[in-house]
Amino acid sequence: MSVSALPQPLQSREQSFWHALEVLGCYLLGALWILPLLYAVWMAFHPAGYEVRLDLTAPLTLTNFIQAWNAAPFARYFLNTFVLISVILVSQFVICTLAAYAFARYDFRGKTLVFMLVLIQLMIMPEVLMVENYRTMVKLGLVDTVWAMGLPYMASAFGIFLLRQAFLTVPKELDDAARVEGAGPLGVLLKVYVPLSRPIYVAYGLVSVSYHWNNLLWPLVITNSVSTRPLTVGLQVFSSPDQGVQWSIISAAALMTSAPLLIGFLLFQRQFVQSFMRAGIK
Amino acid sequence: MTQGRNQITAWLLLLPAVVLLAAFTHVPAVMTLFNSFYNTPRGVRPAKFVGIGHYTDMLSDPVFLAALKNNAIYAIGTVPVAIGLAMLMALIVNSSIRGKAMLRMSFFLPTILPMIAVANIWLFFYTPGYGLIDRFLGMFGFAERNWLGDGSTALGSLMVLAVWKEAGFFMIFYLAALQQISPSLGEAAALEGAGRWYFFRRVTFPLLMPTTLFVLINAIINSFRLIDHVIVMTRGGPDNASTLLLYYIYQTAFRFWDTGYAAALTMVLLALLALLAFVQFGILDRRVHYK
Amino acid sequence: MFCISGKWLGAALLGAGLNLGVAQAAPVEISFYYPVAIGGPVTKIVDDLIARFETANPDIKVKAIYSGTYSETISKSLTAFKAGQPPELAVMLSADLFTLIDEGAIAPIDDFIKTDDDKAWLAGFSPVFMTNSKSEDKTWGIPFQRGTTVFFWNKDAFKQAGLNPDVGPQNWDEVVDFATKLTKRDASGNVTQWGMQVPSSLTSYWLLQGYVAQNGGTIANLSGDQTYFDTPEVIEGLQYWTDLALKHKVMKPGVIEWATNPKDFFEGRAAMITTTSGNLTNVKANAPFPFGVQMLPEHKKRGAPTSGGNIFIFNGTAPEKQQAAFQFAKWLTSADQSAEWSIKTGYIAPRDDAWNTPAMQAYVKEFPGAAVPHDQIPYLVPELSTHENQRVARIIDDGIEAALTGSKTPAQAMKDAQQEADRVLKQYR
Repeated sequence: MSVSALPQPLQSREQSFWHALEVLGCYLLGALWILPLLYAVWMAFHPAGYEVRLDLTAPLTLTNFIQAWNAAPFARYFLNTFVLISVILVSQFVICTLAAYAFARYDFRGKTLVFMLVLIQLMIMPEVLMVENYRTMVKLGLVDTVWAMGLPYMASAFGIFLLRQAFLTVPKELDDAARVEGAGPLGVLLKVYVPLSRPIYVAYGLVSVSYHWNNLLWPLVITNSVSTRPLTVGLQVFSSPDQGVQWSIISAAALMTSAPLLIGFLLFQRQFVQSFMRAGIK
Repeated sequence: MTQGRNQITAWLLLLPAVVLLAAFTHVPAVMTLFNSFYNTPRGVRPAKFVGIGHYTDMLSDPVFLAALKNNAIYAIGTVPVAIGLAMLMALIVNSSIRGKAMLRMSFFLPTILPMIAVANIWLFFYTPGYGLIDRFLGMFGFAERNWLGDGSTALGSLMVLAVWKEAGFFMIFYLAALQQISPSLGEAAALEGAGRWYFFRRVTFPLLMPTTLFVLINAIINSFRLIDHVIVMTRGGPDNASTLLLYYIYQTAFRFWDTGYAAALTMVLLALLALLAFVQFGILDRRVHYK
Repeated sequence: MFCISGKWLGAALLGAGLNLGVAQAAPVEISFYYPVAIGGPVTKIVDDLIARFETANPDIKVKAIYSGTYSETISKSLTAFKAGQPPELAVMLSADLFTLIDEGAIAPIDDFIKTDDDKAWLAGFSPVFMTNSKSEDKTWGIPFQRGTTVFFWNKDAFKQAGLNPDVGPQNWDEVVDFATKLTKRDASGNVTQWGMQVPSSLTSYWLLQGYVAQNGGTIANLSGDQTYFDTPEVIEGLQYWTDLALKHKVMKPGVIEWATNPKDFFEGRAAMITTTSGNLTNVKANAPFPFGVQMLPEHKKRGAPTSGGNIFIFNGTAPEKQQAAFQFAKWLTSADQSAEWSIKTGYIAPRDDAWNTPAMQAYVKEFPGAAVPHDQIPYLVPELSTHENQRVARIIDDGIEAALTGSKTPAQAMKDAQQEADRVLKQYR
């Protein structure tokens, strides 16, 4: 292991051999981890005949992407996913901000109990309760809508917790100063707390977007038409033919549906990782 | 500001969150318990009270028992491996090795892709004979294997995919924790001639303990929650060798339309999650803080 | 629980109200769930048929919804039905008949039969395909894309093994004999070409039914409340199937994916395969070698299962929409369209008049393999269809998988499956 923050002492020849081996091991692990994706890229960009033959001189092609694109209404799925994510993200920001503010800066009866009740959702994700939630959506007449997909996730315990932690670090004096200037509770929240917690919002936003971009089970259960289905469900419907599959086309479709996240990640790698880290520190 | 007005403001702020959480977490959880005592209405026939009938049925339901066993194997098999690898990856990425950014990217990339997308890709890797894995092993003279179609390897194949997908995610948490460990600790240890393994065992690892606990709980929850790859790759087969609890719930509720029994199955899952919460808050949390 | 059924009723009323609102405006719009469950550009064929129907019937608009696999289609349409917004019609597995009746989701076709022309049309379907479409003297489904299993072999592989490439194996023993000759192993004993392959990943009961029929047995009664999984005919059939892999070692052990089975054939990794007749077009287009196709080999007698989809008309929509749906379904399954559909997809046309159309006769002349499923019609048995069909099918599939992976003997697997099926079905007897 190329372990820890220890500075490397002067190395004997034997030590440097082990060190080289260690470094090699690290690179091997990295290569192993990226290999499946590289192979998927290879399959997606080469004609179907090459999916089982690795040949460096194989011609490049976009046919697989074109065929996948034409075989299912992916444009519509992209739009659906985009709408779904926007609706969820905006609602989460508003709802979690308000709740987090109450928990961070107000004393009220039953606060601990309510906070515990909120945290339960960290354990019991909405998809665990899909049978009952499905029934609720039927009662509300919301089956096969964006709202049905989004509502169970809008009050996110994770978001409330994260923002509460952030708000707690805001100095009380700033809060008081704003109030002296005559700002009401919402004014203080918007002028003081939200701007000071911007990195947390970015972090939470990225985590939430990638979570809902990838979410399959609940949307699979609750949607049944092209006009609401998000990308993940579209991909599931697309790639489950009973007879005969073309792996190169499936790979192309899989990459295509992940492309925006993938590209976003490659462009803003540092921010992504730092945001995830920030969201992970409690 | 009076105390009373403060109370009202606080509750108004909480209202949307409380309503939504109640509607989609707390009430459904209670309703699940309630509905688990009724059988499923079909057509014109209304639901009938069956008491604990569903729960006694479960004890003799081979699929349920298989799902429970598989879920245990799945959690015990994937969680420690994913955590160990995550720690190793974080140490690598946090070290002075060249090409850190590339390594970090390759570890983390599987995490941000949809499970359904990677499961479809891995489906091909597991294809007997000409899939990537069989061709690789074939170079060393191994016979082809029907990875997903054989009861002894199907669950394992899903677990490998899960570890590959999740280790990078947990790495992030360790990375965050490692960056908070003061470098002077390392320098001091080096001056005293402590070996790196010794330093890791006595300093780094204990300091990472709270993170490990956090990751552990999350990893276990994920092992109950994430079944996308089961849907794509094995549909729980062969002969339920790879079925997981949530997949069986999904199947019972939305393939067989037996919502009463599915409610009872959900209660089992809820009980397991509650137990997990109890372990986290009650026992482990206290121990870790004493360290 | 009254609260839940009450709510569903409410939703249904709401749905009905919405439908009424839409129905006021001409033309009548109907939606049609169609499972894309076959290789090839099927959606284009469906769209094309719909366009021609709409031209001929300007007062009806058909909205096709491509809903994934069969099991996804029934899930989706039952979901929609329970939410009070059913499609007007859907293509679903003929075997799900009892499930749909038990849910009260479908309307009997007899209600729409009014003219002599309607009667003649209904009488034109081959009786074996109607077995899965009737219950208690009512007709509930319209045979549309029906299939059966057929047997393919690789003629090049036959030549290499010293077999006559023009004649496939005719009975169970010959299959074992041929497959043994066709199974090739490399120097270290690893198999490079399997003699025989039978898919088993989904609906494997269906392939078992073929073996059972050839063995003179049956796996369930026609009223869908009693299965015969633990009878000797069924167990022997499963024993023969598992022996191919575990005793004779001429078939890949474990569960074989439907999706990769034809691909294994094309790649030369399997010399003989059983697969659905729906793959005829796929094999014809993609096999890079000359191939043969024939009926399933016999044992005590010939036998093969039917399969595939019926068109069902839903309850819970406005009468004029149901009528429009019936009109569309009738058009789609009349001789000319039926023949066209069969030629383009490889499914069996379920009516004799379709086989007599000039287009069909020309096609069979050009591609004699297309006649194989038709030749097999006299030997067909109806697909397994019971109450809670998805669950019972899953039970027997689990049993078959257990036997094929060697975790249970065929006898034990079928005994367990029968016990489980009894538990589910006893309430319907």
